[in-house]
Amino acid sequence: MMNHEGRPTAVTPSGDAAGAAPPTFTGNRGLDIEEPLSFEQGRDGVSGVDLEDLPAVEDRLGGLARRAPIGLPGLSEPEVVRHFVRIGRRNYAIDLGPYPLGSCTMKHNPRLNEKLARLPGIADLHPLQPVSTAQGALELMAELGRWLVTLTNMSAVALSPAAGAHGELCGLMCIRAALIARGDARRRVLVPESAHGTNPATAALCGYVVDPVPADATGRIDLAALKAKLGPDVAALMLTNPNTCGLFERDIIAAAEAVHAAGAFFYCDGANFNALVGRVRPGDLGIDAMHINLHKTFSTPHGGGGPGSGPVVLSAALAPFAPVPYVVQDAAGFRLVEEAAATAGEPVGRLKAFHGQMGMFVRALAYMRSHGAEGLRQVAEDAVLAANYLLASVADVMPPAFPGPCMHEALFDDRFLKDTGVTTLDFAKAMIDEGYHPMTMYFPLVVHGALLIEPTESESKDALDRFAATLRFLAERAKAGEAERFLEAPRLTPRRRLDETRAARKPVLRYRPPERPEAAD
Amino acid sequence: MRYLPLNDADRAAMLAKIGAAGVDDLFCDVPEAARLDTRLDLPPPAGEIAVEREIAAMAAKNLGTGRAPSFLGAGAYRHHIPAAVDHLIQRSEFLTSYTPYQPEISQGTLQALFEFQTQVALLTGMEVANASLYDGATAAAEAVLMAMRLTRRRRTVLSGALHPHYRDVVRTMAALADAALVSGGARPAGDEDLAPLIDGDTAAVVVQTPDLFGHLHDLRALAAACHENGALLIAVVTEVVSLGAVMSPGAMGADIVVAEGQSLGVPLSFGGPYVGLMATREKFLRQMPGRLCGETIDKDGRRGFVLTLSAREQHIRREKATSNICTNSGLCALAFCIHLTLLGEAGFTKLARLNHRKAVRAADELAALPGVRLLNRSFFNEFTLELPVPAAPVVERLAGEGILAGVPVSRLEPKAPELASLLLVAVTELTTDEEVAALAAGLRRACSEKV
Repeated sequence: MMNHEGRPTAVTPSGDAAGAAPPTFTGNRGLDIEEPLSFEQGRDGVSGVDLEDLPAVEDRLGGLARRAPIGLPGLSEPEVVRHFVRIGRRNYAIDLGPYPLGSCTMKHNPRLNEKLARLPGIADLHPLQPVSTAQGALELMAELGRWLVTLTNMSAVALSPAAGAHGELCGLMCIRAALIARGDARRRVLVPESAHGTNPATAALCGYVVDPVPADATGRIDLAALKAKLGPDVAALMLTNPNTCGLFERDIIAAAEAVHAAGAFFYCDGANFNALVGRVRPGDLGIDAMHINLHKTFSTPHGGGGPGSGPVVLSAALAPFAPVPYVVQDAAGFRLVEEAAATAGEPVGRLKAFHGQMGMFVRALAYMRSHGAEGLRQVAEDAVLAANYLLASVADVMPPAFPGPCMHEALFDDRFLKDTGVTTLDFAKAMIDEGYHPMTMYFPLVVHGALLIEPTESESKDALDRFAATLRFLAERAKAGEAERFLEAPRLTPRRRLDETRAARKPVLRYRPPERPEAAD
Repeated sequence: MRYLPLNDADRAAMLAKIGAAGVDDLFCDVPEAARLDTRLDLPPPAGEIAVEREIAAMAAKNLGTGRAPSFLGAGAYRHHIPAAVDHLIQRSEFLTSYTPYQPEISQGTLQALFEFQTQVALLTGMEVANASLYDGATAAAEAVLMAMRLTRRRRTVLSGALHPHYRDVVRTMAALADAALVSGGARPAGDEDLAPLIDGDTAAVVVQTPDLFGHLHDLRALAAACHENGALLIAVVTEVVSLGAVMSPGAMGADIVVAEGQSLGVPLSFGGPYVGLMATREKFLRQMPGRLCGETIDKDGRRGFVLTLSAREQHIRREKATSNICTNSGLCALAFCIHLTLLGEAGFTKLARLNHRKAVRAADELAALPGVRLLNRSFFNEFTLELPVPAAPVVERLAGEGILAGVPVSRLEPKAPELASLLLVAVTELTTDEEVAALAAGLRRACSEKV
């Protein structure tokens, strides 16, 4: 296809633009520039930071002064800036295009939130300065807590957990503390087979035996199987809702009642709360504890793997066991309770140094304030609408794993790739050549060759249409016997498929300078 | 709403394609009893102007360290962050990417993590480092659990001069693993001897240097005592800049080094997010928690990087994983990496010595005040003053005068009245002579009036 100026509007679908170019002298390919490690650059005595001269006083290092060089390279500021800009260009990003990683919630990260987290009075606030000089910070934490408690209809919130898995730990520890307080040590935690890996890992970290609960034919927890497993030895059920198949747990209220009748607690993994915010309050479902990933539902940036933030909302029964610190307000203003008062048994204690991920609290509150309560409801609705629209747009070529409307993410199995010679992984790698980040693959484990797609509320209808058309195109190519396109993918990336076996067999986890040949002098 | 691309016509067309009468149809699996139809008691939507105004108003109620002389430390330090660091970490490709599970389109994050791991290993004097944990305190707790797995022992000795928050996080986590913790009392004088507490059942000894009170410790004898008993030495560093001036824990025989990396590239932000560092010996690698980035080659034989040894991790091993950690502190690790790359060998070692020399000068000036005593013979950039009066009211009073005088030990050890007169004072490259003079004058006033 040509536009009116005679230029092609798209590369030929089967074309390999890069393959046509001869190898370059530099190894660079236009804007894709090779960049060595910082350790392979630099010169002695060069630095990108200028500092004042040292005061003329005697060191007082107790004879422990460092004598050996560290081994850091010396680069100037322009070299360092260029280094990181060059390598950064080798990352896909939400700001570049759709990032449909199911369960990860890659939505737009507003830049206002970045600006506010950097305000003087926030970024330069020390955690141990007198609280009389940090009243605005405590007010902000209290306000965030109020939003979270109101949106979930729960009794209390523990803000300090540093990420989702840390929040799971916090919630499960509160449950453990509550059970110990009533002299009722229990050993098992029930975890559905579809759960995130962090759920069983957290339960094991808390000293519990993990007992899997199977899914039923609709992709939801098997209520009869759950009831059969409940007993005086069960401490808690850990259930994700909507679950990792992208489905609302229809029987959740009955499950909560059964759990409570057995004397156990109900932990909800809130990783997918973005599908429900403003429309469903977990407190109305009988949940005792739930973590909220601020970096998912409330859009704090993922940053290439954190930092996150995982506040935990708690029921009235668990609130007394919350970890320190927490904010309270009285006539004199806001206070920070940093030492646990032993009231009802032994509370959880402390989960991390200082007070929590303040920088993330600011960003999340800015996101909430921008949307307001109605806007957050719209976020959930648009996210669910987008996932269902995508599902409807491809269902004839990629049948969904389970029938019925999905919530914020659409789950497919690999039936559509049967006998094509193309695996889920190959399919995902071909999406990379099309300019998309792949969906989540091979998770949840309850579906064969799973492909889990979460478009989020951030995509326009046009963007969803293009994405669906790409999925359809690839599914049709696979069925048409073009396995080669997939097995060789990705072709157009700075690096092609990497040898992960080699990386694990003989791990090279750091740079080491090349062995010097025997000195000739 | 400025963040939502769909308009009502889009929504209607999408519902038509789905075959749903309305969006409520998509929520049909939600039990009736749980469908929220009341308005929540929360504010309405707001534009950038209003949101900025509201949050800026909260920020303005705080006395930031940027507009007051500040001597606060105790595990979080105010250092200068070069402008390039914050610019680079806000580039979309770093800020808005996920954990690098798709290496073909994540080489930027992966290469930075590989460089970060190298930097952490070099600074700590260890063989390998991971790609970060949440913060120094959780890293210390993970190190204790790791040592218990490696030694198959339960008893762990904690130094009495370990940062109380670190001690408490270790306690919280160790209780889950049925660990037996032994702790000496607080030792502000820096004369603690942990060797007699080590026995054949000891999994690890956890010791901090510089310690809570600022003292530097030669760990060599303690490391030898640990190794004679088959125990591991865990060294904790809360001020990572110290490693530019002081012998590394690895060089002194530590088996696991954990540190708070906030001092490089990460703002104070009222306590988080920060970045936990962990480094160890190669032979302990498979019990190390957290992500690891490794070098490999691609299909065309070119060097590239991937996350590796994930058979230790929760998403593969589930309940048998070394830790439940998933998200770590990626962007803070990147900030650390960029800041340290800017500094380089010459800049980093000079920064460390500048911190130390300024602290030496300040310590002498403050110790000359009547009734004030310096407890440290050695220190890096933080030291302990014994005041003639309780420290917390002095700090509170000086805060009212616009001086953030340091951290009273009672803030961290409220149940130890014998420590009430101790004040932790930190000095960095940002501290000016005028600020030290202002603190000296303030302390002179506050102490003399109370005596």
